[in-house]
Amino acid sequence: MFSFTKNIFFITLHPFTRVCVPTHAHFCAHNAIIIVKGNKMKVAIVKYNAGNIYSVIHALARLGVEPILTDDPALLASADKVLFPGQGEASNAMKYLREHKLDEMIRNLKQPLLGICIGQQLLCSHSEEGDVDCLGIFDTKVCKFMPERQEDKVPHMGWNTLRDTRSLLFKDFANEEYAYFVHSYYVPLCKETAAVTDYIQPFSSAMHRDNFYATQFHPEKSGSVGERILKNFLEI
Amino acid sequence: MLAKRIIPCLDVKDGMTVKGTNFVNLRQAGDPVELGRTYSEQGADELVFLDITASHEGRKTFTDMVQRVAATLSIPFTVGGGINELKDVDRLLSAGADKVSINSAALRRPELIDEIANHFGSQVCVVAIDARMDEQGWTCYMNGGRIPTERSLFDWAKEANERGAGEILFTSMNHDGVKTGFANDALAQLSTSLTIPVIASGGAGAMEHFRDAFTLGHADAALAASVFHFGEIGIPQLKDYLRKEGIAVRL
Repeated sequence: MFSFTKNIFFITLHPFTRVCVPTHAHFCAHNAIIIVKGNKMKVAIVKYNAGNIYSVIHALARLGVEPILTDDPALLASADKVLFPGQGEASNAMKYLREHKLDEMIRNLKQPLLGICIGQQLLCSHSEEGDVDCLGIFDTKVCKFMPERQEDKVPHMGWNTLRDTRSLLFKDFANEEYAYFVHSYYVPLCKETAAVTDYIQPFSSAMHRDNFYATQFHPEKSGSVGERILKNFLEI
Repeated sequence: MLAKRIIPCLDVKDGMTVKGTNFVNLRQAGDPVELGRTYSEQGADELVFLDITASHEGRKTFTDMVQRVAATLSIPFTVGGGINELKDVDRLLSAGADKVSINSAALRRPELIDEIANHFGSQVCVVAIDARMDEQGWTCYMNGGRIPTERSLFDWAKEANERGAGEILFTSMNHDGVKTGFANDALAQLSTSLTIPVIASGGAGAMEHFRDAFTLGHADAALAASVFHFGEIGIPQLKDYLRKEGIAVRL
């Protein structure tokens, strides 16, 4: 159901809370709305104190999905897919998640979850950013990039290639496709690595364990490549 | 391998794109959202939208445009022009911009860089510097290149870096609109003295100019406007050329 106001319309999906999306959001005709068991797919975005979730909402809207943004454990638990995006600082984000009891809730989710950027880092066991223990779903630590040569700028910002992709996120992928990154901390290679990118050293540009998926890059900002990754996630 | 970025820049006045030569003589070049979408489809790596409207109503029109861009594009974009305080940054990021570019306001009150970095993170803070070279060396200018300051390009860029800027967008006023290439010596000096990425701006007229900005100027990205707007250089053709010249680009 849509209700229009001057510049914004609210997508009302009972019993979900309202998410505002500009009226100009493109709902692409060629991307049919994804149906699960006869119902429109319920996609929830974890609401916490990390910035810039608008681009994720827009990217999903372009795929014909109307996400809800919520920190309500019951709503998150009842969603078909959960996204855990964001930019921000790790220790502040963890503090917020703990205070709102979202840490336990996220660990207990059984449906596919996609962590993006700091979302991937928060799924690891510890981050050097603010020296904080994180959610511990991926058994590895998050480290700060240390430049080795003059051309090693931090943050790692821009388009870089993905190699050795191994997860459903990268279904029908060619090697060496480009994705958009902005980050100063990285996850080293580990058993949960699902894609590798080289910057200063090889690092985990995507991860996967059980129902938990994550990307260090921003699929919502990675053009058609990112769109395919989001679509693949929604189809898991 | 991290790709060198190609960034078309769209100057926006009253909701339409324009491009000046040496900052005057504006020519109309279309709807910014449609133009942005076209560039994105052609392989632009990022876009910059500069609001050159001064009025309050113009600013609202621009914010509405930012919302439309955010809904339409799936590549990162930076917005600039008329950003004086934190609440301007908040308004534009909330409208969906990925980064903001600040220029005169940072020269007037450098703490703005620290504030943006602390509130929103360094990655959203692009410090744009317009500078002109004369006998004294490179001097920074404010207000769209109209008012000279006491600051030198290199000192100011270093200070911006240390205060928490995420990128430096350097426009050479000597080269802007002249189409004879970027200011590669100054770019190289910036790139080797800063720890953040440098975007080259001002002077693109041919594909070799982009190559030189990357190879001689060690720039991380190159920005141009009129060569793209008027179809003098196509982005696919430019990227193909750069790849053949051994430069990593996203195809």
